[in-house]
Amino acid sequence: MTTLLIGTRKGFWSLTSDDARERWTVEGPSFLGHIISHVVLDPRDRRTILAGASTGHLGPTVFRSTDEGRTWTEASKPPAFAAGDRLERSVRLVFWLTPGHVDEPGVWYAGGSPQGLFRTEDGGDTWAPFDGWNDHPMWETWCEWPEENTPDGSMLHSVIVDPRDANHLYIGLSAGGVFESTDGGNDWKPLNAGSVTAFLPEIEPDFGHDPHCVRLHPLQPDRLYQQNHCGIYRMDRSEARWVRIGDNMPRDVGDIGFPIELHPRDPDTAWVFPMDGTDVWPRTSPDGRPAAYVTRDAGETWTRLDNGLPERGWLTVKRQAMTVDGGDPVGVYFGTTSGEVWGSADEGESWTPIVQHLPEIYSLEVGATAG
Amino acid sequence: MKVRIPTPLRSYTNQEKWVESSGATVADVLADLDTQFRGIRFRVVDEQGRLRQHMKIFVNQDAVRDLATPVTDADEVTIMQALSGGCGPAPAP
Repeated sequence: MTTLLIGTRKGFWSLTSDDARERWTVEGPSFLGHIISHVVLDPRDRRTILAGASTGHLGPTVFRSTDEGRTWTEASKPPAFAAGDRLERSVRLVFWLTPGHVDEPGVWYAGGSPQGLFRTEDGGDTWAPFDGWNDHPMWETWCEWPEENTPDGSMLHSVIVDPRDANHLYIGLSAGGVFESTDGGNDWKPLNAGSVTAFLPEIEPDFGHDPHCVRLHPLQPDRLYQQNHCGIYRMDRSEARWVRIGDNMPRDVGDIGFPIELHPRDPDTAWVFPMDGTDVWPRTSPDGRPAAYVTRDAGETWTRLDNGLPERGWLTVKRQAMTVDGGDPVGVYFGTTSGEVWGSADEGESWTPIVQHLPEIYSLEVGATAG
Repeated sequence: MKVRIPTPLRSYTNQEKWVESSGATVADVLADLDTQFRGIRFRVVDEQGRLRQHMKIFVNQDAVRDLATPVTDADEVTIMQALSGGCGPAPAP
């Protein structure tokens, strides 16, 4: 059985499957009309769910449930910069949520737009600005403040906590690049060597890159993957250099996209959902032929996975809108901006539509009853 | 004074359209509302004390953006959502 948590432009829905992951029940909406950017289960207690929201007129907040999503309350102190902030920043959007280290129950991180980082120690009820990042002397430079350098605003995403060390953190900035802290977030350094910036005069600057989604494999925590605006990359941390494994994708498909998802038990296996990055960057399925791609050898080779997907379709899948469950074989799921959720109970070998006609899907995460 | 609450904020006021408040300025009124209806102020005003882009406040018939605008108990304060369609910039993919 798998539950999927779906954040959309117009609220929150969930899907629950039978044991075979063939039949699905849809529940919702909750928060109808609210912009729900990201809905994430706490893997430590498997009961707490946080939802990052930005609600039209009303600005940003976080909703929290401690009973697997049956009831919700608003954070009593939502993520916000400090009053009197030196740059007069205010949070426009709570974009990304990451549960903290297993040894720090109650700790979560939230990434925002503008590119602030926020932390809670009480399971999401009260949040504080994370000063080591927000007040870092290089913040304005790394974030190109006050530029909004991606089409829908700059955001901080892909907050990653090393499972071996709560003080070892990674974040992604769109745009800005990947950054790493080894001291609990007091200091940060760019980690972008090897990844390119085709949109800047300097092809390999220290920062200014546009990672779309960064993942660390929990069983091999020195293995990172990222789907970047400019390609798919892998880094084995000791090498401190990104390798463009997207060069091994078919040339006519390319290696542009938003999400990248990892097999929970195999650090060499990852899925992507390519988008068209040619011409004016349509960000739809290349040539209108939707497909996921999987690598099972850490990016050396890729296999097309389109069995069951429409022969023609111009799908867009956002960076939080692809996920995997813990089943064997692994279930792979993605949601589209056209409000469809597709699933595969066989690691992407075949796809079936689970639900359609939802609002624009921003995020898809596995909930409490994942197999 | 009477304060009129727009529909998007009535989840904070037990669905009450009109609530009672007090204060010498609009900022005072918002602070008082937040003590009565916890969390309501942050949905109207950001962390730097700025009225959110798509919110409007009227004192009687006059739109105000300066939260230091004085008010008296005889005034009627209206919090409204601007005619914006509710669309702030959407999150990027």
